[in-house]
Amino acid sequence: MRMLGDMKSFNQFHIDILKEIGNIGVGNAISSLSALLNTEMKMTVPEVKFLDFKEVGSILGGDEVLVFGILVQVSGDINGMMMFLVKPESARALINGLIGGDSNDLLNFSEMEQSALQEIGNILCSSYLGALSGFINKKVTPSPPVLALDMATAILSVPAIEFGKMADGVLFIDTVINTSSDSSVSGFFLLVPDMESFNVILTSLGVM
Amino acid sequence: MIVVGMADLNTVKEPGALTTLGLGSCVGIALYDPVVKVAGLAHCMLPESTKISNNANVAKFVDTALESMINDMIMKGAIRRRMVAKLAGGAQMFAFNSSNESLRIGDRNVEASILNLRKLGIPIASVDVRENYGRTVELYTHDGSFVIKTIGRGVKTI
Repeated sequence: MRMLGDMKSFNQFHIDILKEIGNIGVGNAISSLSALLNTEMKMTVPEVKFLDFKEVGSILGGDEVLVFGILVQVSGDINGMMMFLVKPESARALINGLIGGDSNDLLNFSEMEQSALQEIGNILCSSYLGALSGFINKKVTPSPPVLALDMATAILSVPAIEFGKMADGVLFIDTVINTSSDSSVSGFFLLVPDMESFNVILTSLGVM
Repeated sequence: MIVVGMADLNTVKEPGALTTLGLGSCVGIALYDPVVKVAGLAHCMLPESTKISNNANVAKFVDTALESMINDMIMKGAIRRRMVAKLAGGAQMFAFNSSNESLRIGDRNVEASILNLRKLGIPIASVDVRENYGRTVELYTHDGSFVIKTIGRGVKTI
């Protein structure tokens, strides 16, 4: 049996645990989104990528690509942060789905459109965390969401720094969501529990 | 132009130039020796290596990145007492109304840069730090100019 006390930092074991949580969390998040948008949605099996810090921007198509990040802080028995990232095209499709709009503007998002997107991010992150909470039978409380639109690497610096305290890379969960209207939306989830919270997760799963 | 990634650093002698893309809460530390025209740029994620057990990558931390960058510049002919510094980044990307330390990391990265540079006796010529937006920076060896680019907030040279 592995003893976390011996683990000075993040390793393959932690990555595997985040992957498993990702599979459960994303499934739940997509069901909630499906209900919210009243559309049948299918998702690809989430792909999990562990990237070196130097490569983080590449996952979204470049360091300076414009992206939305919706961040929630996680507290309770698990502490850390969770982020949902979408590019403007996918953000536009999600917003139109929620408010029934038909705009295709990828540069300007009104305040109302941004708060619609913030709410979508909130629902995705909350249901992801809800699945985690049920899985490990621990209290996991998300904060209200905060949205930012900026260069990909600047947005990603926030969760990357959290990973940076434990590891030399960032774990992404890449999901492509297909709606019945054939439009496809892709988004990324990042969950960053602190080291102590890994302990709680491991204990709850009975692996230590 | 040489690209410096996140948790990375590099140094170059004229006529080269250095850039790092999308600084958010990370801090970009530029050093320059105007006599030999040697420049260094680091993209640091965290203020202190001593607070973190996983600290093998020196460029990840302000304290160890500075030490390593100064040594690399000295190897290229620079002298520490001639060096000047410029800082960019250290933003708070998300407007949380919270005292949570991990969300103040941009501020702490800036503070650590100022403190470490003072200890090393390297003056800070100019800064473009904090606020709530991302920055791409370019450092030129011919005059040490530090160009800062943003999305929707223009370009400036400090």
